[in-house]
Amino acid sequence: MNEADIKQRVAEFLAGHDPAGDRLEFLRARFDAGLAWVWFPEGLGGLGASRELQQVVERELADTPQINGGKQGIGLGMAAPTILAFGTEEQKRRFLRPLWTGEEIWCQLFSEPGAGSDLATLATRAVRDGDEWVVDGQKVWTSGAHHARWAILVTRTDPEVPKHRGLTYFVCDMNAPGVEVRPLRQITGEAEFNEVFLTGVRLSDDLRLGEVGDGWRVAQTTLMNERVAIGGAPTRRGGGVMAAVLDAWRERPELRTHDLHQRLLSLWVEAEATRLSGARLREQLAAGQPGPEGSGMKLSFAKLNQALTGFDVEFNRDLGYDDWTFRRSEDVDFFGRGPGYRYLRAKGNSIEGGTSEILRNIVAERVLGLPSEPRVDKDVPWKDLPR
Amino acid sequence: MTLLYTEIEEELRASVRALLADRCPPAAVIERVESEPADLDLWKTLAGEIGVAGLLIPEELGGAGAGPGEAGVVLEELGRAVAPVPFLTSAVLATRALLPTRDALLGELAEGRRTAALAVSFAASPYRPQRGSAVRAEGGRLSGTVTGVAGADAADVLLVPVDGELYAVEAAAAVVTAGPSLDLTRPVATVTFDRAEARHAGACDLAAVLRLGAALLASEQLGVAEWCLETTLGYVKERHQFARPVGSFQAIKHRLADLWLDVVRARAAARNAVADPSAVSVAVAQAWNAGVAVRVAEEALQLHGGIGMTWEHPVHLYLKRAKSSEIALGTPGDHRAALASLVGVPGPEGGEQ
Ligand SMILES: Cc1cc2nc3c(=O)[nH]c(=O)nc-3n(C[C@H](O)[C@H](O)[C@H](O)COP(=O)(O)OP(=O)(O)OC[C@H]3O[C@@H](n4cnc5c(N)ncnc54)[C@H](O)[C@@H]3O)c2cc1C
Repeated sequence: MNEADIKQRVAEFLAGHDPAGDRLEFLRARFDAGLAWVWFPEGLGGLGASRELQQVVERELADTPQINGGKQGIGLGMAAPTILAFGTEEQKRRFLRPLWTGEEIWCQLFSEPGAGSDLATLATRAVRDGDEWVVDGQKVWTSGAHHARWAILVTRTDPEVPKHRGLTYFVCDMNAPGVEVRPLRQITGEAEFNEVFLTGVRLSDDLRLGEVGDGWRVAQTTLMNERVAIGGAPTRRGGGVMAAVLDAWRERPELRTHDLHQRLLSLWVEAEATRLSGARLREQLAAGQPGPEGSGMKLSFAKLNQALTGFDVEFNRDLGYDDWTFRRSEDVDFFGRGPGYRYLRAKGNSIEGGTSEILRNIVAERVLGLPSEPRVDKDVPWKDLPR
Repeated sequence: MTLLYTEIEEELRASVRALLADRCPPAAVIERVESEPADLDLWKTLAGEIGVAGLLIPEELGGAGAGPGEAGVVLEELGRAVAPVPFLTSAVLATRALLPTRDALLGELAEGRRTAALAVSFAASPYRPQRGSAVRAEGGRLSGTVTGVAGADAADVLLVPVDGELYAVEAAAAVVTAGPSLDLTRPVATVTFDRAEARHAGACDLAAVLRLGAALLASEQLGVAEWCLETTLGYVKERHQFARPVGSFQAIKHRLADLWLDVVRARAAARNAVADPSAVSVAVAQAWNAGVAVRVAEEALQLHGGIGMTWEHPVHLYLKRAKSSEIALGTPGDHRAALASLVGVPGPEGGEQ
């Protein structure tokens, strides 16, 4: 399938569906036409086409109702590829369509108070009871849990074996009795993430994703996709956060200084080199040559975003802040709010989805082949690990 | 447009790499740098057997009719070997200057029978093409001096731009004075003309010539950085201190991970500059890659410890090449300054747009 075929598909679809009509009906129909994510299989929102052709679809459908990438980020970037890779046919049919249309929002129940970077030490227990599992534990930093219908969840099902081997992955029903979500106010003033308490939550076995004990492998798929989703989104030259900085720079000549000018030009070059390497990585993926660059994208994205947002605050010389109201945010709003918010929110970019230190370890060990850190917990059953 | 390598480019890379591995190992380069750096035998083989000298020359003028993409791949390999051959100076800069004239000399350059150098300071840039040059033409003869000319030591013919016109001068009719250079493998010389007999070849848009040179230099800088990164990785995996490979220490691993990210981005910038050698792409590639090559070479030296400071270990050749090519054809600062107007980021005195 090539660009012309895809364009024809879009034209046929538009002939039958009015973008000015009901938004949800339009999005559902788009999914059914295989124009949601064209590289997914037919019947699951895709056409089994190459990934790069998605850009063509996005261009052709730019003026039609859109999904909310901010609010649906975890569903689209993390849950969907994991369900596609490990889900049963039934799970794929049940979950993918409302996930894509935004009828059902997803969150990610991975991190715990005692397990962040060392995710595999997590303690949330799932115990089998006939056709069901009973889950008890506490998760933390859960973005968007307050409006999520479903969650991807990693639990411990066998404490007797070393930490990586005793994990099992589930889809968690956020409406199930025993799920309690409490907001965590964060540095920006609002509550984007939450604590989630799981007390005697019963999940039927058909919500399990992958084999019992194979949860770490399933989680790896989620994490790999998460890093590409956070760092690898396509931008145009001078786009993204850079666009906000450039707008301010062009509108306020009286604030420009020589020092800031030099720094801005350096950041512009870094942003462009980073953008080009993202484009190159996507080309590699599209041509079926999975490159190791993916894990590095998020690392450069975080560094750049933090430098740019810090620059922006300094340039604007504005000691104010737009709004400290404590509220539960709908999504991460990088463009609708002021420089102060962007600066503070960008601090999370080097923590969420794996810290920059952990990502450097991954690049060093898995891409560059450097020796791994000495491991003290490798052959120790999880229950005997110091905590 | 693609930022990946084509199959043809990969084949070309493989043959250049194989030849260089055989004929141009680091020890051989070190051995010759103090006497006669340019390896013209190697250059004849590269030109004759692989046809690299004529890559940018159309087939009807005796060349291979390839493009900047192929030339970029050759430069990556030459950079990885700090090979002392006049590819950038003769097959890129001089050739590109001569191309619009369709001069018969192009056929000879393509075959590698003769070698040319552009008599322009290597420190000139697309933004200041005349830097370091003071030559005038009177009645078919040239007089004046050009400093910092790269490739002059190996050239049979000098191509001299004067007031938008290009002249060809036999090297024997000029005085080429090579003092010691920071870059041992691509020394620069002062070229003096004293009423030297010159042949008028045609018009010359020197800024455009230097821009293509800068675009391709980014690929060479990528090659330099890649060699430094790979060699350092190999070293820190082998070298043990405190009963561990030094590459198992996180302080070292994180530095190498960051360098790798810089190199990944340099590869994208270099490929973009050859796919689309526009003013913006070239400025980005030079502003980024020049710095990356220097940074990786400096880190390579540091992470090799004492051995990195020795003459025997080749890392110094790469550092010298990286630092010199940072200045060549515009410094990163020159290219960033150019971007200010190219992409609409005016400075404090730029005022309202
Ligand atoms: C905005 C935001 C949103 C988030 N959303 C979610 C979500 O939706 N779902 C979810 O499950 N999680 C979420 N997280 C959690 C995030 O994944 C974790 O915070 C992260 O993995 C780090 O774990 P930690 O906070 O426990 O820090 P720790 O692991 O305790 O790390 C503390 C410090 O030590 C460093 N460190 C740790 N180990 C090493 C090592 N081996 N080498 C070197 N340095 C090391 C870290 O880099 C860090 O600087 C979110 C976090 C943020 C900031």
